[in-house]
Amino acid sequence: MRVTVKLFATFRDGRFKVEERELQEESKVLNILEPLNIKPEEVAICLVNGRDVNAQHLLKDGDTIALFPPVGGG
Amino acid sequence: MGGYIGKILRVNLTEGKISTEPLNMELAKKYLSGRGLAGKMFTDEVASDVDALSPENKIFIAAGALTGTNAPTSGRYVVVTKSPLNGVVASSNSGGQWGAHMKFAGYDMVILEGKADRPVYLSIHDDVVEIKDAAHVWGKDVYATTDTLKKEFGDDKVKVLSIGPAGENLSLISAVMNDLYRAAGRSGVGAVMGSKNVKAILVRGTGKVENANPDVMKTVLSSALGKLRENGVTGQGLPTYGTAVLVNIINESGIYPVKNFQESYDSEADLISGETMTANHLIKKDPCYRCPIACGRYSKWEGGEGAGPEYETVWVFGSNSGIHDFDAIHKANDLCNKLGLDTISVGATIAAGMELVQRGYIKPEELDGTPLEFGNAAGMVEWVRKIGYAEGLGAKMALGSYRLAESYGAPELSMTVKKLEIPAYDPRGVQGQGLQFATSNRGGCHVRGYMISPEILGLPEKLDRTSLEGKATWVKIFQDLTAVIDSLGLCLFSSFALGLSDYAALVNAVTGANYTDEELLACGERIWNNERLHNLRVGYSAAEDTLPKRLIQDPIVDGPSKGQVLKLAELLPKYYAERGWDEAGVPTPECLTKLGM
Repeated sequence: MRVTVKLFATFRDGRFKVEERELQEESKVLNILEPLNIKPEEVAICLVNGRDVNAQHLLKDGDTIALFPPVGGG
Repeated sequence: MGGYIGKILRVNLTEGKISTEPLNMELAKKYLSGRGLAGKMFTDEVASDVDALSPENKIFIAAGALTGTNAPTSGRYVVVTKSPLNGVVASSNSGGQWGAHMKFAGYDMVILEGKADRPVYLSIHDDVVEIKDAAHVWGKDVYATTDTLKKEFGDDKVKVLSIGPAGENLSLISAVMNDLYRAAGRSGVGAVMGSKNVKAILVRGTGKVENANPDVMKTVLSSALGKLRENGVTGQGLPTYGTAVLVNIINESGIYPVKNFQESYDSEADLISGETMTANHLIKKDPCYRCPIACGRYSKWEGGEGAGPEYETVWVFGSNSGIHDFDAIHKANDLCNKLGLDTISVGATIAAGMELVQRGYIKPEELDGTPLEFGNAAGMVEWVRKIGYAEGLGAKMALGSYRLAESYGAPELSMTVKKLEIPAYDPRGVQGQGLQFATSNRGGCHVRGYMISPEILGLPEKLDRTSLEGKATWVKIFQDLTAVIDSLGLCLFSSFALGLSDYAALVNAVTGANYTDEELLACGERIWNNERLHNLRVGYSAAEDTLPKRLIQDPIVDGPSKGQVLKLAELLPKYYAERGWDEAGVPTPECLTKLGM
């Protein structure tokens, strides 16, 4: 399956803003994080299609994953 | 006694009379200082039927109980008066340095009453207070006024608070500015100062604020600073990116209003995000008094540099106006600072104007050749200027989006609550924040109970933003806690890292009081009910605890939150019950007795 990964704030440092990823079926958010060398506990906000999920969330084809470190305040 | 100075400066502008009086410490125990005590004194002293722009209205400029101490983020003061925009208790607070220096000069509060017979400014140098002629700065912008009056005062350390041309022109969306760029922005407080012919207030204080328990404070302060440093938001996110880091978070959550709330997701938002601003525009950080967070920005743009912009400002002149031109956003922000305007209300009024044009209500011949259309950046910047100087259609826009849209028979296109423009969060996708907007005592406002913190950022814990469960309770606690933080003179952003117990420890250490957590939170609840009772007296009712039709009746049309609606009708009764109010939203005698009101 194919998903879109968006990184924000310091997660972009040395990585990317947005990329498409090819994943095996039954992949979880964790399988996105590992090759990016991002630990689950570093992720403050993990959105899949705009909804809050955790690292164990099962992904499906076409998902958009947005990952944020702790940031915020307006 | 620590924290409080114990003295109020009262200036009767009609008679040219300057006097001091002791701070009522019995009231301060119940209402703290800042927003709480000034709000209580306002409701006691100013009759509810007073015209906000008449000499009978008064302005209470109040520091918080901890303002000017070594408590972290203790640089805030508040402007309390009757709002000319919507008649409620305006209590607009601001950071920077001015508030702390008012206390160094020896005052917890400055009260302005009556009306000067000519433009004046107030000069406060410790106990030497003078009313001076301001004819030479009347009509000048905030930067020029600050520069001129500083030179006249002859001391670099003087701090200047002033209005711009917008306040002089009685714009209902004008601000009181301090330290050049900091704004007590909302509810039209600048116009009240303008109506009294007061251009500026200078303070130069050489005293200090006492601390009742310096030894205890060392421990308490160390703990608070540690929490602020270790918290990801206050220790890393806000210092690195400023508040505009929210652009991507709110957008990716699908609650980022676009084109006057017609859409809720912007595929080009990253062009104007905190990340982009940090990479391309940031010159340095610009922190307020005693702030370890330092979210304030100082930025450059094509042809200029200056403070900001903040998240709400980026959003309102950016995506909400269909614009992704950072230079234009900077210019609009800088113009607002110069002219003394509230960026949120100005930008939202321009966006409402753009929709009025889009739908054919405003005719091309009314625009005097200046484009008013989504995506037109140069036109947007020019409309800010026209609003500040009340030129052409700008004079009507200077009264805010509600009066503008209503004048064309389309008030539903004004994205306001109680005539105050709603900030940068689509309430349909975040239920608690939606309830907060509807019930905020001053109208459409995000800083009376920032439910985005738990519902989006996960602080202090993550709540499901689409769920109604527990939201009424959370909103009440957040509103009451925020009233406490405002009245202590601390920044709301400290609450990303600090909780009620931390605030109780700080106020007890500094003032020598012995508040329990519950007693301190009850101060916040008392402040909230006092403001609510005032709103009811001036004619508001449960009918106004609502949102524009678009945000109540229509689902979100695009993006990750497509299809979501705000379930306000289900939330509101739970909220009234949680507050101990009756079904009409009126505080019950039992509720008021419990609070000692």
